Amino acid sequence: MADLDNLYRQIIMEHYKNPRNKGLSEQPGYVTAHIKNPSCGDDITVQTLFADGTVKDCRHDGHGCSICCASASVMTETVIGKTVAEALLLADNYLKLVSNKEYDASVDLEEAAVFAGVNQFPARVKCASIAWQAFVRTIEEQK
Amino acid sequence: MEKNPWREQFPQLAGKDEAFLDSAASSLKPLSVIAAVDHYYHDLSVNIHRGMYASSYEATRLYEEARAKVAAFIHAKEEEVVFLRGGTAALNLVASSYGAAHLQPGDEVIVSQLEHHSSILPWQALAAKVGAKLVYVPLDPELRITVDNVRSVLTSKTKVVALTYVSNVMGYITPLAEIIALAHASGAIVVADAAQAVQHLSIDVKCLDVDFLAFSGHKMLGPTGIGVLYGKSALLAEMEPIEFGGEMIDEVNKDRSTWKEAPYKFEAGTMPIASAIGLGAAVDMLQSIGLDAIEDHVVRIRRYAFTQLKKVEGIVIYNPTADTGIIAFNIEGVHPHDAATFFAEQHVSLRAGHHCAQLAIKALGIEACLRASFYLYNTYADCDRLVAVAKEAVRFFKGVGF
Repeated sequence: MADLDNLYRQIIMEHYKNPRNKGLSEQPGYVTAHIKNPSCGDDITVQTLFADGTVKDCRHDGHGCSICCASASVMTETVIGKTVAEALLLADNYLKLVSNKEYDASVDLEEAAVFAGVNQFPARVKCASIAWQAFVRTIEEQK
Repeated sequence: MEKNPWREQFPQLAGKDEAFLDSAASSLKPLSVIAAVDHYYHDLSVNIHRGMYASSYEATRLYEEARAKVAAFIHAKEEEVVFLRGGTAALNLVASSYGAAHLQPGDEVIVSQLEHHSSILPWQALAAKVGAKLVYVPLDPELRITVDNVRSVLTSKTKVVALTYVSNVMGYITPLAEIIALAHASGAIVVADAAQAVQHLSIDVKCLDVDFLAFSGHKMLGPTGIGVLYGKSALLAEMEPIEFGGEMIDEVNKDRSTWKEAPYKFEAGTMPIASAIGLGAAVDMLQSIGLDAIEDHVVRIRRYAFTQLKKVEGIVIYNPTADTGIIAFNIEGVHPHDAATFFAEQHVSLRAGHHCAQLAIKALGIEACLRASFYLYNTYADCDRLVAVAKEAVRFFKGVGF
């Protein structure tokens, strides 16, 4: 239970209750990706605005469990301002970290590192992943 | 702890400190079923119907004996029992074969929002293809399917009524007998999804006069990979197979071929022989205990759990009047996936999500819910644990700020 307590008590609850960069933009130029987890109903849309090889803005909307919603919020804060290459490296390592795969510990995941606790809960890996997967998809689509 | 006379038959429970409350997804498997499956693989392991040698005869005998057991269990004739991959395959076969041959543009198929996806989607796809229309029975305020509400949507255009016998989210029993009489009087056939019924209720397909009835093996103590379609002889006889290949043929010619009689024309290729034999053993166990005794136990256990759970502040229960062993609930303000992880950490195995019944979840006006489902091996101690962990969960989530 300590694992679960830690997982929730850290940044996750804060972001769940006060999500950052939530709500989609109507402005042109954003690349949009939508991912759903049909088995549990988590449903996240991510919008990214790219400029000069950097992530100028990133927004999210949707619904799901606390881990899903909080990870979307943390993801946007983490990637905004990064170069696309940096953001992709972050996303790659984050996704490896939460799914208990080998990852590059020298990459600073910043706040997103708190989701490391998710790898103790295999049933929740998907919840923590879909926002980041949607973000990666926006990178792939802007190319 | 009270003595449960059946629990020791389930090795999955041995030595585990766990309340398994997800039998509506898949029941546990008793030793006799495991032994039957094992016997086939260990001692026979050969194909059926074709081999001209002793082990093949024996495998064939066991496979057909399983069919006979299933037939007797639901009061059908053996040739009316088709083995398929599962309940889903059974419902798909009815839509793809019978449905495709009979539905005309403008015809109507009655379904309900309580259906499991496998009881709606085959008809939805077919309706889109042929220009037929899906009509949803209005549910009553408790979200039950009622005879009057079926009557209100039944028209001369209704060709098929496809309904669940027992809802996998709400645990309600559909008043099928009256609905079937009504549908027949209006010229429609009835397809019953009995995946949540066959392990709880004695089913007599002749008495019920149902046209098709589908169920899975693995929710009734049997193995995965096997399911059953019951169909009235005359209906199966006129239906075309939807899968073609080995073993289902009568004679093959260059341009045109002919099929065996039902059920064999629907059992193309090598079947899940071990699973079918295991299903026979599952039926033996259900018969020897008696469904009445099982259901008596399940209903008592469920009532006990419900009575305690509803007293827990912060728990909302969606189906207080369920007829079978299901409690659909949530912790107020907590997404069920968050809640299910807490229960799992405390060794209470529940299902969280939409339970393959998104329309039922939408009818409840929620995103998803938790489901506890009970079967013969569950105990009052399991219920006590469910309730104790529910109380802790409410406290925990409040504590972390939900």
